[in-house]
Amino acid sequence: MVRLKAEGMEYTGILMPHHEFSHPDVIIIKLKSGYNAGIKVDERSELTLVSKAQERPLKRKSAKEDSSLPTISFLGTGGTIASYVDYRTGAVHPALKAEDLVATVPELSEICRMRSKVVFSIFSENMNVETWQSLATAVADELNDGVEGVIVPHGTDTLGFTSAALSLMLGDIPRSVILVGAQRSSDRPSSDSYINLLSAARFCVKAQAAEVFVLMHGETSDSYVHVHRGTKVRKMHTSRRDAFHSVNEGPVARMDLKGELEMLGECQVKRPVKVSPDVRMEKNVALLHFYPGMGPEMVRRVMQDQRGLVVAGTGLGHVSREIVQVIKEQVSQGKPVVMTSQCLGGRVNLNVYDTGRDLLSAGVISGEDMLPETALIKLMWVLGRTDSLEQVERMMSENLRGEIAKRREL
Amino acid sequence: MFEVTIGIEIHQQLDTCKLFCSCRSQLVDEEGTLFFRRLRPTQSEMGEVDRAVLAQAERRMHFAYQAPSTVSCLVEKDEEPPHDADEEAMQTVLTVSAMLNSKVMDEVHFMRKIVIDGSNTSGFQRTALVAVDGALEVNGHSIGILSVCLEEDAARKVETKDREVTYRLDRLGIPLIEIATAPDMHDPEEVKEVAQRLGSILRSTRKVKRGLGTIREDLNVSIPGGARVEIKGAQDLGLLPTYVKNEMERQRSLIEIKQILEKRSASPVLIETKDISALLQASRSKVIHSALSKGGKVFCASLPSFVGTLRSADGRLRLGSEMAQHARSRGVAGIFHSDELPAYGITSEEVASIRKFLELGDMDAFALCADQADRAQPALLSALSRANQALIGVPEETRDPLPDGTSLYSRPLPGAGRMYPETDVRPILIEQDRLLRIKENLPELPEARTLRLVQDYGINEQQSRQLVREGHDELFEDICKDVSLVAVAARTFLSTYPEMQNEGVDPGSLDDVKVKEAFSALTSGRFTKEALPAVFREMVKGASVDQAVSSLGLGAMDHDEASKMIDELIGQRAEFVKEKGMGAVGPLMGVAMKELRGKIDGKEAADLLKKRVETFLKG
Repeated sequence: MVRLKAEGMEYTGILMPHHEFSHPDVIIIKLKSGYNAGIKVDERSELTLVSKAQERPLKRKSAKEDSSLPTISFLGTGGTIASYVDYRTGAVHPALKAEDLVATVPELSEICRMRSKVVFSIFSENMNVETWQSLATAVADELNDGVEGVIVPHGTDTLGFTSAALSLMLGDIPRSVILVGAQRSSDRPSSDSYINLLSAARFCVKAQAAEVFVLMHGETSDSYVHVHRGTKVRKMHTSRRDAFHSVNEGPVARMDLKGELEMLGECQVKRPVKVSPDVRMEKNVALLHFYPGMGPEMVRRVMQDQRGLVVAGTGLGHVSREIVQVIKEQVSQGKPVVMTSQCLGGRVNLNVYDTGRDLLSAGVISGEDMLPETALIKLMWVLGRTDSLEQVERMMSENLRGEIAKRREL
Repeated sequence: MFEVTIGIEIHQQLDTCKLFCSCRSQLVDEEGTLFFRRLRPTQSEMGEVDRAVLAQAERRMHFAYQAPSTVSCLVEKDEEPPHDADEEAMQTVLTVSAMLNSKVMDEVHFMRKIVIDGSNTSGFQRTALVAVDGALEVNGHSIGILSVCLEEDAARKVETKDREVTYRLDRLGIPLIEIATAPDMHDPEEVKEVAQRLGSILRSTRKVKRGLGTIREDLNVSIPGGARVEIKGAQDLGLLPTYVKNEMERQRSLIEIKQILEKRSASPVLIETKDISALLQASRSKVIHSALSKGGKVFCASLPSFVGTLRSADGRLRLGSEMAQHARSRGVAGIFHSDELPAYGITSEEVASIRKFLELGDMDAFALCADQADRAQPALLSALSRANQALIGVPEETRDPLPDGTSLYSRPLPGAGRMYPETDVRPILIEQDRLLRIKENLPELPEARTLRLVQDYGINEQQSRQLVREGHDELFEDICKDVSLVAVAARTFLSTYPEMQNEGVDPGSLDDVKVKEAFSALTSGRFTKEALPAVFREMVKGASVDQAVSSLGLGAMDHDEASKMIDELIGQRAEFVKEKGMGAVGPLMGVAMKELRGKIDGKEAADLLKKRVETFLKG
């Protein structure tokens, strides 16, 4: 609590941390009414301490355990999904322990026993090969320890990349791994995190499925969630709750708020296998989004220190004549090039037009109906295991974890 | 000591875009798409989360939203972060702050005020403190201005059904200026004057909405020995003094009840209920019979020493009705209490048997409630808690204003600490230069405006003051661009409007566009000025100008038609006219005007009649 005298006015309140976009000379005080006010200060202003804040012990309710319930493991990565806000300062803290999670979603304790671990705490745009590797290892350990499922609360921006990486690195798994995000942070009464987390726990327990999935809202209403295959899912909106869509196939399942589950697509079923994760990955793989007029020199420079390239081409999988030439050069140097489509929907087909046929002759690998990001992750993973162009082509064309569908329905 | 202390909070909608998006701020009839949400109290706000409390909260927190596409976007649906605060709205609040001589914050920070009744899709209302410490002069009395805030209006409740509330998103996000006065008023009538004065200052910016529901007032009323009670959301300015007077009366009677109970050494009643369904199995009371026949129960509870306080013989003490309001907030139709029984089909024998069952003495009262068990019991318990508050005095609470000038319990007063920073909206630095420019270009103050209207339009000062105070000045000036309309416009706003109000019709429901249409129809000769009040009365009922003209049988008549009609009239009364000569003009005028009113001008009709009678007599 401080008292600030500036320009003949006096304000008493709690001194707040400086806001990133605040003017450098502004001090923010939380007044008794609860409002924050920004007061400009100069050398004549006086700030006096009235009293010091008292450390408020966090009240934690110990999670009551029902030993007849299956155990689910929660692996934190630092998304805002399971966080809580300090109403005094407005700061958002991540929920680090199972107890915090119970406090956020107390209904979880009726579905499962919980154990939790924070693998790392970063914004999802800062994920990289190393974080995927350590996450995959942690998930594998939990699954091998016999938990009923692993739930990974995760920032939404790169959720699809991580789910694709986990799908490939983990290989065959005995039970489900669910990545869950929230489009409205959980410090808000309207947050979607609660329904998403609760549904994820229910899905782990109820569904016979054993794959890596992404679970998010199915529509703007708080009515049902969709479960998407980890290799087929993409964030398609910057802010809506139902931002995530399965591309080139429907969602695998749908679950309503009461936990009523409807399986909509095929998937691997639970079975007793030991997880042996293969986390090897080649980091130096690029993903380029082709655009008209794209300079071949730029692509050549980019490719100087890359070992592989995924292109999001136009339409059925096309690039300009100049870029075809660059691709040809790359392939001849032993660097695989995989073609996907920036249309996202539909399959690449290089037989229809001249450009496609030229690309095939140049040695490009068809990415089939894979998402460009999934193709990138897959190429990294494949190059982590082999250098042989022949083998790369064979593995890229083979459906390993549901990333390639043979048929697409209307 | 003052008899009463009153502060007001005024909420005025701005006529700009919505505060945090580019949607029009307008209410519409369109329902738009429907979607459903739930809101949860967040963990920190509730402290320890109690499973039962949460479950209870959960049941009530299902909300349906109608999203009309023309006036709502992803921002109102809580599907997109807020945009920067609307510049025009901010400029208007700064202007009003300057007019109220208040100190503007150097940097304005938007906050989230937690509201989980569903009226905000996000679960909070965005609000910012813009200025503090101003003052307003009203009748030589200085009224302090505590704060000027800029906030977003809530969604509009359109339906409450069972446990689901439906809101429409048209109103959500409309900018509101909130002005809170200090508790500096001590006279119910003064409240109205202060509100009117604030209203005319707000209107002088020409950026505020007008019409019903665009300005809402909260009254904070307390009397010595009473407590602060907030009457929230009054829309009818004329009723403000009545709300205050009724609240003073209510608080006085509660203080009296407290004294009575003290004198009787009443102790708190036990918060427990007894099931007396068996006792009233054969009751002929409709309420009880209907509850029991649907598998419900009758619960009752004793109120030792409360006799006569639930409803005194003179009807002044009415703790029973306070208790019933609390019970109703739990979803029952009401309660019965012993001060009003036997009645409502409950016989004196039944009353006696209840008293015997509860082992009540002469000074003891009881209350009962009949409904489904899961409603009746909690409702009666909450009524009992209210009864116990009577021992302490007047409880602090929020009340809803009713159109008859009374108010109903709505909820306890909210605490202050429900706010945290809105991190999605950047703080807004208010430069001194900007404030200086605003101060140099303040809109015309109400006094200056009053004087100017006198000068410009030749109306008298009292007329001018009334136009400004009641907010007709802007429209008046608009209409009086055609100077021939000054007299008729003044008459419309200063006498037709009050007459209509006295008749119970609200001219405020006519928007400016409609009023202007009526005047332009008048100018183009569709009817005469005598017919204007009738036209307005039709239009208030929902008619367009054209419909009003045709249903009133107006439709201006040309000179020839009128002559023809008058000639027919003279012909029918030929004998009378011959006998009276020019003396017939007077009596005939009345008959003629019955046909001609509104169709041709009165003076013109008189001249014409005279001329035609002359012609007739000349033969």
